Amino acid sequence: MRYVIRRLMAVVPVLLGLTVIVFSILAFLPGDPATAILGPYATPENVERLNRQLGLDKPPAQQYLIWLGNILQGDFGRSYSLNRPVLDEVLERFSATLILAGAALLLCTLWGILIGVRCAVGQYGWSDRLLTLTAVVGISVPSFWLGLLAILAFSVNLRWLPASGMFAVYGGGGAADLARHLILPALTLSVVATGVIARLTRSAMLEVLRQDFICAARARGVGERRVIYRHAFKAALVTIIPVIGVQAGFVLGGAVYVETVFQWPGVGRMLVQAISTRDIQLVQGGVVVVAASYVLLNLLADLAQHALDPKIKT
Amino acid sequence: MSGARVAAAALFVRHRPAGVGALVLLVVAALAVAAPLLPLHNPDLTDLANRLQRPGAPGHPFGTDHLGRDLLARLVWGTRLSLAVGVFASLIAALAGSCIGIAAGFFGGRTDYLLMRGIDMLMAFPYILLALAIVAALGPGLLNALYAVAIVNIPFFARSVRGATATIAHREFVDAARLAGMRSGRIIAGEILPNVAPVITVAMSTTIGWMILETAGLSFLGLGSQPPQADLGSMLGEGRKSLINAPHVSVVPGAMIFIIVVSINLLGDGIRDLLDPRLRAGALSRPAPVTRIERAATGADDAHPPGGALLQVRGLHTRFVSAGARAQYAVNGVDLAVDAGQCLGLIGESGSGKSVTALSLLGLAPSPPAVISGGRVWLAGEDLLGANFERLRAIRGRRVSYIFQNPMAALHPLMTVGAQLTEAIRCHRRVPRRAALDEAVGLLRRVRIPGPEARARCYPHELSGGMRQRVGIALALANSPELVIADEPTTALDVTVQAQILQLLAQLRRERNLALIFVTHDFAVLSQLCDRVAVMYAGRIVESGATHDILSRPAHPYTAGLIRCAPRLGAGRRPAAIPGLPPAADHRPRGCAFAPRCERARAACEAGAVAPARLSATRRVRCLYPLEAA
Repeated sequence: MRYVIRRLMAVVPVLLGLTVIVFSILAFLPGDPATAILGPYATPENVERLNRQLGLDKPPAQQYLIWLGNILQGDFGRSYSLNRPVLDEVLERFSATLILAGAALLLCTLWGILIGVRCAVGQYGWSDRLLTLTAVVGISVPSFWLGLLAILAFSVNLRWLPASGMFAVYGGGGAADLARHLILPALTLSVVATGVIARLTRSAMLEVLRQDFICAARARGVGERRVIYRHAFKAALVTIIPVIGVQAGFVLGGAVYVETVFQWPGVGRMLVQAISTRDIQLVQGGVVVVAASYVLLNLLADLAQHALDPKIKT
Repeated sequence: MSGARVAAAALFVRHRPAGVGALVLLVVAALAVAAPLLPLHNPDLTDLANRLQRPGAPGHPFGTDHLGRDLLARLVWGTRLSLAVGVFASLIAALAGSCIGIAAGFFGGRTDYLLMRGIDMLMAFPYILLALAIVAALGPGLLNALYAVAIVNIPFFARSVRGATATIAHREFVDAARLAGMRSGRIIAGEILPNVAPVITVAMSTTIGWMILETAGLSFLGLGSQPPQADLGSMLGEGRKSLINAPHVSVVPGAMIFIIVVSINLLGDGIRDLLDPRLRAGALSRPAPVTRIERAATGADDAHPPGGALLQVRGLHTRFVSAGARAQYAVNGVDLAVDAGQCLGLIGESGSGKSVTALSLLGLAPSPPAVISGGRVWLAGEDLLGANFERLRAIRGRRVSYIFQNPMAALHPLMTVGAQLTEAIRCHRRVPRRAALDEAVGLLRRVRIPGPEARARCYPHELSGGMRQRVGIALALANSPELVIADEPTTALDVTVQAQILQLLAQLRRERNLALIFVTHDFAVLSQLCDRVAVMYAGRIVESGATHDILSRPAHPYTAGLIRCAPRLGAGRRPAAIPGLPPAADHRPRGCAFAPRCERARAACEAGAVAPARLSATRRVRCLYPLEAA
């Protein structure tokens, strides 16, 4: 319990630092936000007035504190290109991303662990060679290309699954429709992370299988299946879980490409559009929300690891 | 240096995927470098009349894109750009990351803290999100995408370089250089950099593929290279608009990215295997459930045990074989016999092969690298080395069990003591869970663990060393075995706890009429417990007999030497070490292995094999000139 509290406390400075980075990256843009909003033909008086309205005439530290105070109250400003509150847009888009990333994370965890354990058990056998090679291929695939191939194969040629969007335009809606739209993007997004998790699971399992307690379990006559899936896997899981936490970050980030390819209405596509339209408030809001949720996800992974390994008491 | 080159060549031969990756990468890189020299169309020349031509069209082997530009030319030039961007991004990331890592690792303290907290902050962002934020700030463009991807990869380099630097920064040669008044800059350049270079190389080889992928990705999103300049990613992004009627326009550049990244990653794996010492010499290989057995065909007379002892071992050979290293001969023809209820002490220096012998009996010596290359082991007449796995498993822990040297390592760290005991019981006998737990608590009580009900719920790290070894003993006794093999069970414990454990073992042995093989290097321990002793040297039993006889009148000069070096309280004289060292395990001397260290050795000792000679009914010695005659 003390660990949980300490770990929770440690999150606070990380979140603060994160807002500092986001703010400082985006606050010192080479361009002038007011000009970006008002367009190149704005009069200097208008620009100055807007700067005052946006608080841009104040010193940076004060600007940051005002901004931080606002986001802590849930006010992320207004997106000028969409003309609606940033938080509303971000939350709506982020929930779509969470569905996609969550499905992908589930897939890559499951498959990655299965493949990794399989490889470790048959080390240097043909299935290990084949699967390790597959894992290397998996981590090297550009997801934006794989997505296009998937659309060509399963949507254009076979017509099995829809190519884009989250729901059918006509008569869509409901969980079944969502699931049909989810299959291709989630699979595409999961491929790289599956490869990474499989490789790490393999080496974690190999590391554990060399330990004395495995030999000791065998010396006691514990069956081989139990030695591997219970003794070795339990110990390996302690190192696998943080990796899954890190992969969650890759999946959340990699969603940008998949969302673009499959026209998924997620936060990644929103960010790309916001960057092209220089909608800074929207970019800031989106990055802060996604990054903060990633920090919390890693917190969860740490807590899970802690629950699993009674030795981590500190 | 040439040794390293040979190793590299051997690796690429053995590690075929890495060789294939290197070859493909070489071809692609050569094409990219030679792009201006190749007879290609102008990649930017538009020809709207011939737009979206299929591959194989006259003059356009890969077809044309939506503006009628030649795809082959664009592919080669795009590859050139993508490779250049990836390489530069990884150089920038490596340079910046290594500087931060070396500074943090070398100076430590506050510098380290501040730098690493900054790095942690960067890592708190999802990978690509940070790159997006940076591009958002700098504005779209290939160079900006390059910076973004480089910055995002800095933490990876900083962390691994810091780790490597920190371990080197406190080595003797660095301390010596510091004391000699060398400037930090010179120490870093002269001592640190050459040592962390492999780490940087490994980090680069694992990240460069990612960086090419990520810059291509940013271009794909329209945030990287801007028209008319086109890298592979933006070709893919533009081609996507005509995905359905002309899929080749986007599929081909994507395939190129994939080919580049796969070959880099394959090569990177090879490089990592080469430079990461942990992976060398098969260190990361998984021991099989049974030791590999490669016995030469033995005669029919060998198929039956020569006597009626509970356990008989005849001519046991175990060696360690790993690729690229000389075989290590650990056990070279061991003969042993243990009767029911008897205690045999197996004694020898470390490295004499006594633990490997003990593990080989039930096929537990880890293989790879261990191979049992000869001999027989009979348990009550049944050949264990020839038994199938299920048969062996039924014997392990049921009829013969082990107590290991280090109980902390031999107990599963994440399972409670009770769970491990119940498991040991239930994998041999069909006992309900509840009854097994009761039995487990009973076992803990029998090994004199106070409060056994509560202890059963403890994890191994919550117990003291002595308690842990008592748990180890309880595990060994769980199924009332006939024979217990204890491999230096008290070596890892303090002296007072040692005595308690020995007492416990002696008592349990009497109560249950257990046969015991007790592996040790300590004569004092041996004399308390064992009826008979076998002395091991360089993988062979050099002398065996009743404990009292051997202790009082050793026949082999090595035994005599061992007894002399045992420290005795109040004896008033210093223990005498045996001069010299045991032979290296990778060569087998023709004659007596102890001869080079023996003061009684004569020419005949090293000339040929020395057979064990019979001193009395129970006593054997492998010596031509023993101290005690028959």
